[in-house]
Amino acid sequence: MDAIFLQFLNGLDKGGAYALIALGLTLAFGTLGIVNFAHGALFMLGAFCAVAFNKLINLDQVVLDPVLKTAWGTPIEIRTPYVETWFGDFGAFLINYSVPMSILLVIPFMLLVGVVMERGLIKHFYNRPHADQILVTFGLAIVLQEIVKHYFGANPIPQPAPDIVSGSANIGLWLGLGENVVYPWWRLVYFGFSAFVIFSVFAFLQFTTFGMVVRAGMRDRETVALMGINIERRFTIVFGLAAVVAGLAGAMYTPILPPDYHIGMDFLVLSFVVVVVGGMGSLGGAVAAGFLLGILQSFASMNEVKSLFPGIDQIIIYLVAVVILLVRPRGLLGRKGVMED
Amino acid sequence: MFGNSVRGDWILLLVFSVVVLTLPITLAPIGAAYPDLLQKFAIFGLFAIGFNILFGLTGYLSFGHAAFLGVGSYASVWVFKLFTMDVLPAVMFSILIAGIFALVIGYVSLRRSGIYFSILTLAFAQMSYNLAYSVLTPLTNGETALQIRQLAPADRGPDYVLNLLDEDLRLVDQMFGVVEHGIPITNLFSLKMSGYPGFYFCAVLLIIGFFIAMRISRSNFGMMLRAIKSNQTRLNYTGINTRPYLLAAFVISGMYAGLAGASMAVTDPLAGAERMQWTASGEVVLMTILGGVGTLLGPVLGAAIIKYFENIFSSINTGILENLFSFLPSGLQEVFVVVVGMFVGSGWHLTLGLLFMIIVIFLPGGMMEGFARLFGLFRRNKNDPAAPAAASGEAATETSREQKTSGEG
Repeated sequence: MDAIFLQFLNGLDKGGAYALIALGLTLAFGTLGIVNFAHGALFMLGAFCAVAFNKLINLDQVVLDPVLKTAWGTPIEIRTPYVETWFGDFGAFLINYSVPMSILLVIPFMLLVGVVMERGLIKHFYNRPHADQILVTFGLAIVLQEIVKHYFGANPIPQPAPDIVSGSANIGLWLGLGENVVYPWWRLVYFGFSAFVIFSVFAFLQFTTFGMVVRAGMRDRETVALMGINIERRFTIVFGLAAVVAGLAGAMYTPILPPDYHIGMDFLVLSFVVVVVGGMGSLGGAVAAGFLLGILQSFASMNEVKSLFPGIDQIIIYLVAVVILLVRPRGLLGRKGVMED
Repeated sequence: MFGNSVRGDWILLLVFSVVVLTLPITLAPIGAAYPDLLQKFAIFGLFAIGFNILFGLTGYLSFGHAAFLGVGSYASVWVFKLFTMDVLPAVMFSILIAGIFALVIGYVSLRRSGIYFSILTLAFAQMSYNLAYSVLTPLTNGETALQIRQLAPADRGPDYVLNLLDEDLRLVDQMFGVVEHGIPITNLFSLKMSGYPGFYFCAVLLIIGFFIAMRISRSNFGMMLRAIKSNQTRLNYTGINTRPYLLAAFVISGMYAGLAGASMAVTDPLAGAERMQWTASGEVVLMTILGGVGTLLGPVLGAAIIKYFENIFSSINTGILENLFSFLPSGLQEVFVVVVGMFVGSGWHLTLGLLFMIIVIFLPGGMMEGFARLFGLFRRNKNDPAAPAAASGEAATETSREQKTSGEG
C-alpha cells in the first residue's frame, strides 16, 4: 500500500511536466493550428534560462587569503559572489533561491522568444500542410539545441534546489501511513507549481475578456475576425504564453533532472503522445492525460510490475498511446472535427 | 528532365548506373572518392529512396523509419553470427525481417493518417529503441552493440555454456570447413567486402533499388499511391479501399530500410540501437526533403549531399579555419573563426538544422524543384513566355502543389 502511494506521488511531478508541455502544445495547436515540434526546445530553453541565471548570480570575485595557505604554500582563494558583497544576506538569499528566482528571467525571455518565433516563422506556415509545419519546427528545434550546446556544452548541468526544500518530506507521518513514505520536497513543490500554472492558464482563458476572445477564436476564427477583432495578434500572444508555460516547466524541473541540450527532445516525444492521448486541441484532455501517463509510467517502473512484464516501464506510454489511438481515435477528451482528416 | 516515356526511363537508369559506378573516379577531385564515404552515399541513398516511396508518393510522413534500419542491421549481424559470413543470406533475411516488422507496425499505424500517423510511427520507433536498450539486451547486446566475435571452441563439452553474444557459431561456414583467423570479414562468394568491393556491392544494390522504385513510381500501383496523396477522401468515395495500397507502400519502404540496414552491417558488421533513434529517422526525412520529395533522383542526391557535407564540415577544426582566414587582419580573422566555427566541427548539426529550415521554407520541392525552376526559366525565355515554371518539372512538383491546395480546402 505504501509502495503504491509512493509511486502515485512519483508520477505527480513527471506528470506535471508532461501536462505543462502538453498544455502549451495544445494551446498552439488549438489557436494557430500549428503542430509545433520545437516546443520541447522551448522547454529546454526555459531550463537553460535557470542555468544562465544561476551562473549570472554566482559570478564571483577572487580574493587571496592573507593568512591561510594551502599545503603547497600558495594562498587560499576566497571566492565571494558579487551579489553577496553588494547585498550581504539578501545576496545569499538570492543565490539560495536561484531556481525559483529565475522565473523572473524566464517569463519575459520566453514571451519574447514565443512572439518572435510566431511572427518570424510560424506565421508563414498557417496554410502549409501539417507535414511542412512538423518539418520546419523540427529544424528549428535542432537549431535551438545546437546553439545551447555551443554555449553550455553537452553535459548535464545540475541545479541546486533552495536549502529549505532540499530534503525529503515525511508525507507518511502526515497521512498516518507510517514512516516509510518519504518524498523529496522539491518534487512536491514542482507538483504544486505545475498545478498553479495550469489553474492560472485556465482561469486566464475562462475569466478574462482576452481569454473569452481567444476561446471564441479557437471555435471559429473567421467569425471573430469578422467582428472586427484582431484575432491574429491575440493568437500570437497565446503562442507566447504557451512558450512561457513550457519555459516555466523547464526552469523549475532543473533541480529534479539536470538539463542538457537534448532534454527538450526527450520530453517532446512523450508530450506529443500525451497530447494525442488527451485529444488534439483539448486543453483539459492534455492536462488529464499528462498526469495520467506520468502516474502510469511510475507504476510501471515498480519492481513487482517489471518482474511480471519486463521492460514495461520503457514502453508503457507508447503502448497506451497506440491502444488509445486505435480504440478512441479522438483521444480521451478530443472534440469532433479537430484534425479529422 | 527525361520525360515519362519508357525510353526516357531506360536512359535515366543507364545514366544513373554509369554515374554511380564511376563515382570513385568522378568524385576524386572533391576528395570524396574513398570507399567509406561512397558506401554511405549508396546506403543512405537506398534508405532515402525507400522512404520516398512512402512519403513522396503517398504523403504519409513516417517519423519512425530508422526502426526498420536498425532491425535490418540486427537481423544481418545475427545471420553473420549464426550461419555464414556470406552477405547474400544476411541481406535477404534482413529484408524479410524488416518487411514483417513493417507489416505489423504499418497495419496498426495506417489506421490513422496525418499527424496521428507520424506520432504513431514515432511511438513505435521509440518503443523499439527503448526495448533494444533494455529488455531485448540478450538479442541486441544493449549499449555494447551487437558484433561479430570469434568462433566458439569446436570441442564444446556438455557442460559448456554457450554465450552467443560473445562467441559465434557460423554453422554453415563451419560445415564447408572455412578456416577463420581472428575475426572474419564479410564476403560475397569469398570476395571480401571491405574497401571498394564493399562499395560496389552497395552501389549495385542502390541501382537495383532505384530501378524498382522507378518501376513502382511508373506503375498503376504508383499512380494509386499518388492519387492517395492528392485526395484520399475522393478515392474512398469512388469505392476504393486505400489501406491495402498504403500498407503495401509502407512495407516496401520498410524493406528498403531493412536493406539499407543490412548493407550497413555488410560494410561494418556492428549493429547498435542508436541507429533506431528518432533523430536517425529525422535525418532520412531531411535527405528526402533536401533532394526533392516524390522525385526519383532527389532522395539519392539529398543523401549524398548530406553525407558529403557532414564528412567535410565535421572534420574542419579551428586550426583549419585559422589557416583559411589567415589573409584577413588578425582581429577580423578571430571574429570569422569564431562565427564560422559555430557551424563546423561539432556544430555541424546547427548547419544541418538551418539547411533543413531554409529548404522547407523556401524550396519545399527540394533541389529537384530548384533545378526544374532553373530549366523552366531558360525554356520560358526561349519559346513560351506564359508557361509556368513547374511545367517542365517532374510529376512530384505538381502533386505537391495539388496537396497544398487540397490542404487549404
